[in-house]
Amino acid sequence: MKRQVPLLITLVVGTVLILSVFFPPAERLGEDFSIFFDIIAVFAFFLGGGNLVRIHGNRLYKKNKDWAFSLVTLLGFFIMLIAGLFKLGNPGGISADVAASGSLFQMLYDWIFNPLGATMYALLAFYVASASYRAFRAKNREATILLIAAFIILLGRTPLGVYATSWIPESFSLLQIPNLAIWIMTSPNLAGQRAIMIGIALGVISMSLRLILGVERTYLGVDNE
Amino acid sequence: MTDKPTISPCLKVISASFIFLFFNIFNQTLFSQNPLQSNQSAPIYIPAPPTNVRAQDFKYDRGEAVEVRWELSADDTGSNFITGYEIYRAGEKSDSFILVGFVAPKNKLLIDKNVERGKYYRFKVAASYDGRLSYSEISNAVTPEMDIINWNLLNLFLVGLIVAGAVIYFIAHAKRGKKLFIRKIAGLEAIDEAIGRATEMGRPILFIPGISDMDDVQTIAGITLLGRVAKVVADYDIKINMPVSRSLVMTTARETIKEAYLGAGRPDAYNDDMVRYVTDEQFGYVAAVDGIMVREKPATCFYLGAFFAESLILAETGNSIGAIQIAGTAQPAQLPFFVVACDYTLIGEELFAASAYLSNEPKQLGSLKGQDVGKFLAMIVIIIGVVSATVSHAWGGEFFIKLSEYMQRIFTIQN
Repeated sequence: MKRQVPLLITLVVGTVLILSVFFPPAERLGEDFSIFFDIIAVFAFFLGGGNLVRIHGNRLYKKNKDWAFSLVTLLGFFIMLIAGLFKLGNPGGISADVAASGSLFQMLYDWIFNPLGATMYALLAFYVASASYRAFRAKNREATILLIAAFIILLGRTPLGVYATSWIPESFSLLQIPNLAIWIMTSPNLAGQRAIMIGIALGVISMSLRLILGVERTYLGVDNE
Repeated sequence: MTDKPTISPCLKVISASFIFLFFNIFNQTLFSQNPLQSNQSAPIYIPAPPTNVRAQDFKYDRGEAVEVRWELSADDTGSNFITGYEIYRAGEKSDSFILVGFVAPKNKLLIDKNVERGKYYRFKVAASYDGRLSYSEISNAVTPEMDIINWNLLNLFLVGLIVAGAVIYFIAHAKRGKKLFIRKIAGLEAIDEAIGRATEMGRPILFIPGISDMDDVQTIAGITLLGRVAKVVADYDIKINMPVSRSLVMTTARETIKEAYLGAGRPDAYNDDMVRYVTDEQFGYVAAVDGIMVREKPATCFYLGAFFAESLILAETGNSIGAIQIAGTAQPAQLPFFVVACDYTLIGEELFAASAYLSNEPKQLGSLKGQDVGKFLAMIVIIIGVVSATVSHAWGGEFFIKLSEYMQRIFTIQN
């Protein structure tokens, strides 16, 4: 029963969602199922929050290794929660929008949370540099082609690329580096991406059918036999 | 007695000329730009209104939209005199029209989605100019109706039917015990080796199922793979660490791992804290996972699911701690990052095929074979499309032009 009910729900919901694409009368049902998911997700949020507090609370209580990080996590969680729930410093009072300008919640978001997120995102620039360094080492034929393509694209997007090949006559304009960069992006690169997309679409169809038909049950933690 | 200052006649003439010139320029610059403003008594030019306004039921929907079309005003010539079109709606017998939309000049279509099925509606369109409106005639009455089938998606339905039919056929085919050849996928072959390495090193395994929720098929694919990985982990008695960014993923992953431990006959070794919720916020999650990687130094990292800008940050951190990394996603933009930073990458469809491949079950492998039929069809269609488009563009020829147009038409999804 524990396994048959989820399989039945998957079958019904999956079939209705497919039908809702092709049959307009079933569209509303498809939308309703999506709303059901959102409702379940809201309840699950309490589970997530509870889990966070329990794990870090335990670590703090037992003074486990790196307990200081847990303290920071819990402080951040509760300060944001209290500032949002009680709308502290909110000029419009308890009935106003939680993210009203001037509220403590909004200030914490703008002045602490956002800069921290931006800092993490900024790390990407350094990681791109280190990853590119490894990827573009011409160890073999494929890596050499990648290196050349990357060099052309990088150069084609800078004024130097325009300047370096502007002397090439208009009749051979494809050989100008900026045009070559555009060609690489719109022809071989796009073709490769589309091939991947077609494969993904087919993979999604196949996987969805396996789930709907109950052939794939690993997500329920059971073997398929 | 002082002498009165005298002004020479010549200076008077010059001064008068300057004053005249100044007023002339002032008048021209301020009032001559717009004749409608410069002379309030002059007749105001009223532009031609839009014509031939017709309303019709939006096809193949639930009867919740009406399509309004019209011919452009004759003065909509691109000179910015007409600033756009306002579309008004009224009930069948009511003359009180309410504004339902505004479109830019040169547009002659509006789909009104705020209508109710079974009611009558009429429309009129006004060309907006200089803060005023020039109204069209009132359109015909229209009643939105619900259609049973969306015929616009017939092409998609047929393609889906062929692929789904092939998948079901090959599943049934495999059930009968026919042998199927499936190519080797290096990333999946390496899973056991990666888990073995963690066992030898006595370090944990980190499993990241992406940052999407359970309504994303990539996350489901990641969780199905987690089931396989967890089984080996349970057998080898290694620690698995799974920080997640969605509460629903947390509950699903817990169930999956718990069942795997149960299946391995070691339910006592299972612990709820193997899967823990961190945050829904993308970069908050990345910061937490990077911290876990640096502190706990897992021997193996799995990144299987939907990833976005965080993909490279995670994979490069994993690389820096020397972990063996297996990644898989169906986000084409993130694939290059994983390919560069990870040891093995499941590219797009391989992620969805992974669970079936690892199960080695005929039914599941049959579904992969059915997928190949779809690929074969795609190849044929691409070849026909490329040949017809190239030939028709280079040499013309009615047959190839028509074939090319036909291919474009049947593979364009209209909604």
